[in-house]
Amino acid sequence: MNKNYYVKVENLAKRFPGESKGKDLTVFENCNFGIEKGEFVCIIGHSGCGKSTILNILAGLDQATDGYIFMNDKEVSGPSLERGVVFQNYSLLPWLTTLKNVTFGVRARFPQWSKERVIEHSMKFLELVGLKDSAHRKPSELSGGMRQRVSIARAFATQPNLLLLDEPFGALDALTRGMIQEELIKIWEETKQTVFMITHDVDEAILLADRVLLMTNGPYARVAESVTVSIPRPRERSSVIHHPGFYQIRNHLVDFLVSRSKELSGAIQSDSNIQSFTPSIAPKEVDPIAEGMDVQSQEVGTQEQVISA
Amino acid sequence: MNYIAAHRHILISLLFLLCTLGIWEWGSQPPEATKAMSEYELLMGGVDQEARVPPPSAIIERAFDELSDPFYDAGPNDKGIGIQLAYSLYRVLMGFFLAALIAIPIGFVIGMFPIMHKALNPYIQILKPISPLAWMPLALFIIKDSEASAIFVIFICSIWPMLINTAFGVADVRKDWINVARTHELSNLRTAFTVILPAAAPTILTGMRISIGIAWLVIVAAEMLVGGTGIGYYVWNEWNNLDLTSVIFSILMIGLVGMLLDLMLSSVSRWVQYKE
Ligand SMILES: Nc1ncnc2c1ncn2[C@@H]1O[C@H](COP(=O)(O)OP(=O)(O)O)[C@@H](O)[C@H]1O
Ligand SMILES: [Mg+2]
Repeated sequence: MNKNYYVKVENLAKRFPGESKGKDLTVFENCNFGIEKGEFVCIIGHSGCGKSTILNILAGLDQATDGYIFMNDKEVSGPSLERGVVFQNYSLLPWLTTLKNVTFGVRARFPQWSKERVIEHSMKFLELVGLKDSAHRKPSELSGGMRQRVSIARAFATQPNLLLLDEPFGALDALTRGMIQEELIKIWEETKQTVFMITHDVDEAILLADRVLLMTNGPYARVAESVTVSIPRPRERSSVIHHPGFYQIRNHLVDFLVSRSKELSGAIQSDSNIQSFTPSIAPKEVDPIAEGMDVQSQEVGTQEQVISA
Repeated sequence: MNYIAAHRHILISLLFLLCTLGIWEWGSQPPEATKAMSEYELLMGGVDQEARVPPPSAIIERAFDELSDPFYDAGPNDKGIGIQLAYSLYRVLMGFFLAALIAIPIGFVIGMFPIMHKALNPYIQILKPISPLAWMPLALFIIKDSEASAIFVIFICSIWPMLINTAFGVADVRKDWINVARTHELSNLRTAFTVILPAAAPTILTGMRISIGIAWLVIVAAEMLVGGTGIGYYVWNEWNNLDLTSVIFSILMIGLVGMLLDLMLSSVSRWVQYKE
């Protein structure tokens, strides 16, 4: 990788031992990508290709079979407050109130702070997600959308250097999702945190991300493309779809999910020569708007790339 | 109208009580003297009125007597019901809390480390089914004190449900919550106290409720064996005196106190309960 990224993922692979002496199950391998400081990166891929596994390895909750992750030139080995995680199922502690769930994180991050300061700081972030009035309610008394907001408030309040979100809006209805997406943009623009987010929603990715990473289907999945979303900010849900480049990007992403994710899947693995001679395979960088590509030419281009690889 | 509808179960309860007491009262009346004795009764020398189960009215009367002065102490064989119950409660609570002190930490370790579960499980499985009273002779021999032996028996019977429930509750804490602790870099000790303990508390409390229930069952039997003081000894003593009225009264008191013990723990358990 030529660029000096803030987070660097090199040749990451995850294998699970096969059943009774069978071949190992390789979920993904040869994953290479980077994230710049302050960048918002989304990753899209079909269910089961290993997105959550990558995120958990980034979080330090899971171990890679091969490869390395560096953050700020230090190798990631184990969980750290430097990296905050928002899990798909919110992961709030149900016996604590909304506020206590947030102070739980803040106290762990800033143990030297006074009680008042911790509460004040936590309330600020609850206010950012519009939950100031629910501070003393338990998670069970909140709707799914409100719970996810608390979870986001907790993650942002600990001010990690890298924020990891695993399909944070997957379980929410469209209306709630839209509202929280906008809150997320707002809070991200205010804090300028580096974000890595899994989503299965193409529109969500375009709305939020600076760059979208595309993963091929598993097994032997890998990050095949890195698509730049060069739509200027601030973006809004209602206006972003009217940007001339919106459908160029959208078509590119949808087309990947519909056909190329399957075509490219296992492509490298099937030719063991190539695998051994090219240890580092960077994702193909694509900027659909700048290149003025339409879906047709892109399809041809990618196939050529596979052949020439 | 609504009020009555919502409280119909109380009416049914009262009706049930009245019927039972009525049948009991009527059934324990001595037969009329004019009635001819059966051949069998003639052979046995008439109806023995002493052997009848006393009617509820007699028991209520005794209850008033005993409860108006529950703490009198007139020598080793004549103490008020309150004193006897206090002895039993003291032994039960002592044994129970000693057991909690040991069972909950060990349960934590077993629940947190699967290897400890595998290592200790055989011992738990073999010790658990032993009737607590079977320990009594050994306890008396080793401890040489009937009071302490009774407490030991309570200790040994309360330990298992608490140990097993704690281990289960701790092992069953949702992975996500542990991950929350891990991503916040909590130490093992802080994770145990701020995440695992509250998460497992309802299960642990269930174990404690089972334990105290068993302990209260066992104390009566244990005190019948060791004698001296306590509600179990009291029941046995009254039986030896052939005072069935007192026996029945104390049986009811055993039930009442057992219920109160359970109510106490169930209110604690409501307090630590959480909804996901
Ligand atoms: N413990 C495990 N043993 C074997 N396979 C596993 C295990 N955990 C996950 N997997 C496999 O890893 C793959 C990736 O899972 P995951 O990262 O959750 O996918 P995604 O988040 O992209 O839907 C899945 O196909 C799953 O079957
Ligand atoms: Mg997933």
